[in-house]
Amino acid sequence: MKKVKNYNWALVLPIYAFTILFVLIPLIYIVVLSLLRKDILWGVTNEFTLQNYRKMFDPVYLRTFADSLGLAFGTTVITVLMGYPFGYFMAKLAPKRRAFVMLLVVVPFWTNALVRIYGWMIILRAKGVLNHLLMSLGLIDTPLKILYTYGAVLLGMVYSLLPFMILPVYTSVEKMDWSLVEAARDLGANAAQAFLTVTLKLTLPGVLSGFVLVFVPSIGLFFISDLLGGGKIMLVGNLIKNQLMQARDWPFGAALSVVMMIMTFAIIFLYRKLTHSSDLEEFF
Amino acid sequence: MKRKKFHPSSLYLCAVLLLMYLPVVMVVIYSFNASKSDVQWAGFTLGWYQKMIHNESLMDALRNSLVLGVSSCAISAVIGTVGAVGLAQSDFKTKGLLENVAMLPIMIPEIILGMVFLAFFSFLGLPFGMITLIIAHTAFCIPYIFIVVKGRLAGIDRSIGEAARDLGASEMRMFFDITLPLIAPAILSGSLLAFAMSLDDVVISFFVTGAQTNTLPIKIYSQIKLGVSPEINALCTVMLALTFLLILLSGALTKTKKGKPIKPTISKEANQ
Repeated sequence: MKKVKNYNWALVLPIYAFTILFVLIPLIYIVVLSLLRKDILWGVTNEFTLQNYRKMFDPVYLRTFADSLGLAFGTTVITVLMGYPFGYFMAKLAPKRRAFVMLLVVVPFWTNALVRIYGWMIILRAKGVLNHLLMSLGLIDTPLKILYTYGAVLLGMVYSLLPFMILPVYTSVEKMDWSLVEAARDLGANAAQAFLTVTLKLTLPGVLSGFVLVFVPSIGLFFISDLLGGGKIMLVGNLIKNQLMQARDWPFGAALSVVMMIMTFAIIFLYRKLTHSSDLEEFF
Repeated sequence: MKRKKFHPSSLYLCAVLLLMYLPVVMVVIYSFNASKSDVQWAGFTLGWYQKMIHNESLMDALRNSLVLGVSSCAISAVIGTVGAVGLAQSDFKTKGLLENVAMLPIMIPEIILGMVFLAFFSFLGLPFGMITLIIAHTAFCIPYIFIVVKGRLAGIDRSIGEAARDLGASEMRMFFDITLPLIAPAILSGSLLAFAMSLDDVVISFFVTGAQTNTLPIKIYSQIKLGVSPEINALCTVMLALTFLLILLSGALTKTKKGKPIKPTISKEANQ
């Protein structure tokens, strides 16, 4: 028996060695980096400071955080409103059709996010498909400015993250015990009451799981705001990217990442507390 | 059997799906449009594809992406599979914690992982380029293969392996004769998913790619920042075609004996 155990350790060693060496240790390094003072030109000194964290309270950066969280929140609300009915209806389809719709929802996971965002650029730009359509219908005279606006970024976010809401909602509706809804109806609840008091409550874990899967990535998807917002809409993701690639203030970039990471883990922790589940298992 | 009535909810499902696929369809259609910048249809052409093939830097990026995808996928397939097998047989008390560590790369937002890699690799003094790309991609590919293989392992009847052991097979022999054939489809479909993720990745590659090495998505990103061009449409269409090929392959691989396909990706059974 002893021998088997040793053998197992050898099997799991590579995965942990790799993850610890290339993910866990670098994460710790980032935390250290965020506490170091930036050198005048570039690089870091060995001096510890909290200045990088203090810098975030500058109104400019606070504004970025507020905008970014606002956009993430808006994205999440819209994906719930669109994704919940979708997941719900999908779960009620006949098995064959359901499998087909599931395939259609899953395919975007595989296709390149850039390509799909690029498709929206073709549709939304000034000389694009949508303006062309509206003008030939006689609804407008001059092309509307749609691309490079806040609305376009919101659209791109919702569009990219919608499947992450649909799937967990679908899973929770599918495994729901419908006899409870029937019981509610038998006891005199109307359809709306039964939905609000039974169905919604039972599928809430799915919605919460979707919330995590949509909210967390939407803080960091810098390329969507770059491409559809034309660089005018600044998100935390863009800020981190700029600190690293342009401003070359790595300690500040690291501090921003640490704060974002803490926010992420707080959200996941809260999710686990609320749903008493150890994983985002509605999804995986 | 009574034919199912048409339900208004189907209309909603169709509308959302249509919206989901509209941009993709646009990219494909306009890659065949003869006009360079106009939305109006000016005739069918394959000219943009020709131009694309003769564009040395685009082809270079395509080659890099394929090399990167194949190598990171192969490395992570070995590490992820072996890890999942080891974990399935073990009864460590710390199993849960260890699993969380293994999943870390896909729990952290991509942008942070990218920045972490950038900072750490330059701290180590690694030259940015293919090596750093492979390490980074391997790191985020491992969890995908790990999840899929772990899910498959959980569904295997343990008594088959025990029977083999009782009949005198060594641990090694049991793995290669029993376990491996049973989990092979899962390894393959996990690898295909990982390959697709590697082929698609923009955010992490953006941080760890050097000035000299372009991957296809990085190249596309820098081009579409400048605006819309039909050559990029052609390139995007090629990428889409590649992806659909992967999906079909994966679908064929995960078909069970009854002919019922398992959900192509991220499957729910993995955690159960």
